[in-house]
Amino acid sequence: MPNSVLWAVDLFGRVYTLSTAGQYWELCKDSQLEFKRVSATTQCCWGIACDNQVYVYVCASDVPIRRREEAYENQRWNPVGGFCEKLLLSDRWAWSDVSGLQHRPLDGVALPSPHWEWESDWYVDENFGGEPTEKGGWTYAIDFPATYTRDKKWNSCVRRRKWIRYRRYKSRDIWAKIPSKDDPKELPDPFNDLSVGGWEITEEPVGRLSVWAVSLQGKVWYREDVSHSNPEGSSWSLLDTPGEVVQISCGPHDLLWATLWEGQALVREGINRSNPKGSSWSVVEPPGSENGVMHVSVGVNVVWAVTKDQKVWFRRGVNSHNPCGTSWIEMVWGIGCEDRAVYFRQGVTPSELSGKTWKAIVVARECDRSHSGSSSSLLSAGCFFGDEVRGSGESAPSDTDASSEVERPGPGQPLPAEPLDDSKNPTGSSASGPGAGRTAEDTTEDACPAEGSRAAGPDTHPGPAPTPAELPWTNIDLKEPKKVPSHSAAGFPETTSLSSLGLLPLGLEEPYGVDDHPLWAWVSGGGCVVEACAMPRWFTVQAGLSPSVQTLSLSITPAQTAAWRKQIFQQLTERTKRELENFRHYEQAVEQSVWVKTGALQWWCDWKPHKWVDVRVALEQFTGHDGARDSILFIYYVVHEEKKYAHIFLNEVVALVPVLNETKHSFALYTPERTRQRWPVRLAAATEQDMNDWLALLSLSCCESRKVQGRPSPQAIWSITCKGDIFVSEPSPDLEAHEHPLPCDQMFWRQIGGHLRMVEANSQGVVWGIGYDHTAWVYTGGYGGGCFQGLASSTSNIYTQSDVKCVHIYENQRWNPVTGYTSRGLPTDRYMWSDASGLQECTKAGTKPPSLQWAWVSDWFVDFSVPGGTDQEGWQYASDFPASYHGSKTMKDFVRRRCWARKCKLVTSGPWLEVPPITLRDVSIIPESPDAERSGHSIALWAISDKGDVLCRLGVSALNPAGSSWLHVGTDQPFASISIGACYQVWAVARDGSAFYRGSVYPSQPAGNLWYRQGITPSYPQGSSWEHVSNNVCRVSVGPLDQVWVIANKVQGSHSLSRGTVCHRTGVQPHEPKGHGWDYGIGGGWDHISVRANATRAPRSSSQEQEPSAPPEAHGPVCC
Amino acid sequence: MTDDKDVLRDVWFGRIPTCFTLYQDEITEREAEPYYLLLPRVSYLTLVTDKVKKHFQKVMRQEDISEIWFEYEGTPLKWHYPIGLLFDLLASSSALPWNITVHFKSFPEKDLLHCPSKDAIEAHFMSCMKEADALKHKSQVINEMQKKDHKQLWMGLQNDRFDQFWAINRKLMEYPAEENGFRYIPFRIYQVIAVWVGIQRFQASEEESEDEKFLGYPNWWQVFWKSSQTVDTTTTERPFIQKLFRPVAADGQLHTLGDLLKEVCPSAIDPEDGEKKNQVMIHGIEPMLETPLQWLSEHLSYPDNFLHISIIPQPTD
Repeated sequence: MPNSVLWAVDLFGRVYTLSTAGQYWELCKDSQLEFKRVSATTQCCWGIACDNQVYVYVCASDVPIRRREEAYENQRWNPVGGFCEKLLLSDRWAWSDVSGLQHRPLDGVALPSPHWEWESDWYVDENFGGEPTEKGGWTYAIDFPATYTRDKKWNSCVRRRKWIRYRRYKSRDIWAKIPSKDDPKELPDPFNDLSVGGWEITEEPVGRLSVWAVSLQGKVWYREDVSHSNPEGSSWSLLDTPGEVVQISCGPHDLLWATLWEGQALVREGINRSNPKGSSWSVVEPPGSENGVMHVSVGVNVVWAVTKDQKVWFRRGVNSHNPCGTSWIEMVWGIGCEDRAVYFRQGVTPSELSGKTWKAIVVARECDRSHSGSSSSLLSAGCFFGDEVRGSGESAPSDTDASSEVERPGPGQPLPAEPLDDSKNPTGSSASGPGAGRTAEDTTEDACPAEGSRAAGPDTHPGPAPTPAELPWTNIDLKEPKKVPSHSAAGFPETTSLSSLGLLPLGLEEPYGVDDHPLWAWVSGGGCVVEACAMPRWFTVQAGLSPSVQTLSLSITPAQTAAWRKQIFQQLTERTKRELENFRHYEQAVEQSVWVKTGALQWWCDWKPHKWVDVRVALEQFTGHDGARDSILFIYYVVHEEKKYAHIFLNEVVALVPVLNETKHSFALYTPERTRQRWPVRLAAATEQDMNDWLALLSLSCCESRKVQGRPSPQAIWSITCKGDIFVSEPSPDLEAHEHPLPCDQMFWRQIGGHLRMVEANSQGVVWGIGYDHTAWVYTGGYGGGCFQGLASSTSNIYTQSDVKCVHIYENQRWNPVTGYTSRGLPTDRYMWSDASGLQECTKAGTKPPSLQWAWVSDWFVDFSVPGGTDQEGWQYASDFPASYHGSKTMKDFVRRRCWARKCKLVTSGPWLEVPPITLRDVSIIPESPDAERSGHSIALWAISDKGDVLCRLGVSALNPAGSSWLHVGTDQPFASISIGACYQVWAVARDGSAFYRGSVYPSQPAGNLWYRQGITPSYPQGSSWEHVSNNVCRVSVGPLDQVWVIANKVQGSHSLSRGTVCHRTGVQPHEPKGHGWDYGIGGGWDHISVRANATRAPRSSSQEQEPSAPPEAHGPVCC
Repeated sequence: MTDDKDVLRDVWFGRIPTCFTLYQDEITEREAEPYYLLLPRVSYLTLVTDKVKKHFQKVMRQEDISEIWFEYEGTPLKWHYPIGLLFDLLASSSALPWNITVHFKSFPEKDLLHCPSKDAIEAHFMSCMKEADALKHKSQVINEMQKKDHKQLWMGLQNDRFDQFWAINRKLMEYPAEENGFRYIPFRIYQVIAVWVGIQRFQASEEESEDEKFLGYPNWWQVFWKSSQTVDTTTTERPFIQKLFRPVAADGQLHTLGDLLKEVCPSAIDPEDGEKKNQVMIHGIEPMLETPLQWLSEHLSYPDNFLHISIIPQPTD
């Protein structure tokens, strides 16, 4: 889980952040300004400073925020001078936008604010729809506006070309002031409150946010066009409200609540992806008529409120369809107004949105580590707040945890490792909806200073210190006097979401001192994601660990390299030599015996009636005279009341593949013969633990009999199955032999823990993977993890890994003349809820996560990003099932469907470390021969980010496979796939299908120029030559020996077809690069392979031999 | 890169070449040849010497045979100490093979426990395991195991099956992720000194007096203790030191081997003037004093889950 941060403001207006990985509040880097309000998301934080101006703090990342400005130069031909700038009177501007309607001279294009800078000067775009143009980028047409072509024809009377200039957002990691227009009508008065949310409403454009603000006069403003590429937004627009608003809170999804001066709450209705501003307000009456709502905070599916009598309320029944909810519930946990600590609501789960207990966050600030904060206040908890829901399928476990927690609530109790709540986890959303960070913000504030001290009366220590009134935090309370005029310390919590944090007002026990005890004024958890299983260490006082030890235990290597460790290894070696070397002829005191493990499993019977039968199994391990181990697996079964057994020599097993589905914990066992037959032995265990034990034991036995142990060699071949399981095979020297290469079905594959979608390796041992959720992972050098615990796993370098993917189902409807589209189909139609093929019925309620390892983390939502496009509600239309679907209804359409998706998440472990924060679509590492100089030189690694940016990783070496940072390579269009060859040639495929080639990019100068560009080719040139060889290839990898390996579908075996089969091209030689045949290896669901590390045969010559036009690896789907 | 797993294997497969000789006063029918054997360091003498017993019994008359016992240079060897410990403590500076004398008469009742059968060894071994887990996990792990798991631990040791043993033992080596180690480190420190100086009292600091219960050397150990406290003239070994000691200090620093010795046995590393320097030995090696104790406990413990640490005088040569 990536780190995320909680933002908070203390009484003095200083902004602090607390990372989920950290234990101390850190003062915000840009600490010049004092703030009274902040509202955070993962990517940025908006705030209102004491000058009443709005600021945005955009977190830096390796990929710059760039925006492209375009302008078109238009020319018309005239018989005298040829093409010239002189246009007809009726023509467009000589310099215009793409439509031609707007005048757009190059020097008239200005930066929108001082926070942007130009990246370069204007230049002509010579790329036209993926093809290079000649003659300065001109495209020709008969007239304006018309269809433009690359080629000039006899009738081309006009031409135009596109000029491009990029601007870059430069104010990152600092507070950037949002320019306020001087027009008094536009911004009549300063802002009083601000809330950011809505990032889950739609993904288009990327990083879109809803920023809402309330002015001192009680008006509500919405900031237009805020997104990742336009972090500042463009302008404020005013929304009419039925009354004066004092405070507003926006959830991550479509909930928006505000409070009115009179104490009612306002709810915005009609917010959806096409109208994020919503359409109308409705009023919710406060829980009691005499005590109005003072503060609200919303999450994905929850609303919390604080009333003027300082009670906290939870709104029941709130969701997207009913944003107003049904009724208020009072939350009675003694709200104490004693300390301004930050609280977190525990135990919030989808089934129990209101949570269990308040937990104070007690980490100290950076500057006062010695003091652990308010542990004493743990229970006084007070105030409130928030929460949300999050859900995730873990509600069951978390409930139990939560209850145990409740039973012993006491300050000072150590926190059970997992608290509960899933509060914030963006990826996982659950029932409640994708919540991305959930937040909690709460705040509480004191009323005016005088009141504050009064409230605190009993607790206040009289002291010479200035009263709070004189402290700078007074500006926080600008709105207070209005809201709570007669209240003594009021708390207003606002939570936005899920979690709850609360700040309590008041405390004044320490008038002096901020440095002793932080007094918080406001927190925002919008960008903070806390998972149930990985609670940050915020809640316990760190009695023990100094930060240095902490890091020690987290970092990868200190123990590995310590002198004491080396010395132990060395002494043990010496001891063995001393005590054993001359005495090997002595008899062993204990004779090696046979060890048998027995158990009960189920076996899939290959004969009728083809079902699972209960069997007894026994694994006999014995040691030969040479000390080598071997094992036999016996399967005892009964057929026709006759006892029989089958046996398998484990030294013949080539792969053990877990096959998890909704109901069975099973695994498949392949031998070379079974691989050829496409017909593995299938065994199932009763429980996951049982299966893991057997898998680990069998795998260990297989490895022992083949003397495979420890980490895979740098030359290993990596592959991924369609379930995301990772397999690795040690290449034998004769695997790529010209004569009689080792048959692929003899290759031994062993599993490595973790879950990935693709993997890429090079021969220096640098291995990267990309998960289904596009997270980048780097291999740590360990082995085991996942189901391989104990001896089958390395003790170090194993980390928790998680992955998220979507399950898709389709809702199908048929049109009929009377009622229009309904879910009543023809008798011959597919199921009205089905899978993509329509053959399987898949209902929302009946569809389960792919296996028991996966848990739902969101509710069902409509997937708008399906190929072909959709209408506003996500429907795609067609004339009939099955047919090609399009995104808008036409006369000929009689059926429609829409895709529903639901996210599920898996948590496992393996030798992988996340490379945050950028998510990737593709990655390629330069293939190198092992004899290349190893002096820790840096290794070229290129990647495509999820957004299509081209990235080059700096500092990657065998010793530091993760590298240090990304270098962003500016490009004119988004890319989909990339591959780097041994001579530093980089090939990439753009999303529009064009292939690009970038020459000679050396690590020292990674940004070579794009000097060759190839025309639009949906696949690489030589893709066509494979076409006639094999038409079921779905993935190809070419290694440093020019060896070609692919994953192919529909491979015939003697018993069945298999999809996803590893194939090796035989006969590939310099003079015959196409090879002459396929050798089929392991199959049955393999998805990805990388042989780029295998250079175990000396390369014939330098890699120049690769044909210049041949991409060493075509990662792009080579569809044939 | 070497893996910590390799340490476990090296420790497990440690062997001491040994030459067994029959005591000269034993009555034999014909001359008894010495018997050579590779003894597993982590096992127990009476568990692995069936062959020795058979070998010598062949040359003796039935009536001259009573319970077998072993002695090295006049010191009876306690079968309930792991073999590696006995060797490190008594014979590490002498030449290999290790010459052990075999006796069938005159059982030294004061020095040794009887070992009527393998069950006695198993009982002893399991009680050590349980005590170690009491220290590490308040007995939670061992108590959650099934009977067959206990059996597998014992059978793994008895049959010298590393995999079989560690398949279960790894669970005893785990600790909660939020902790940085075990509750207490199970260790015993043994010293060989020239002069008897009395018995170290076992004292835990006051705050830990509650935990002292975990030290409740059950039944068995008290017996043993009495026997070893009787000062005899042949052994120069004083009983071992065992105290409550945490793997992590109050300030969060990991405790090291040096910290442990400083605390419970300062004389071992800081000898008074005039004394010889000492070696701190585990499994025949001398880990650096900077080695974290938690790591040692996970990797260099004997199968009974204790770190058996020998403090022996530096050999003069």
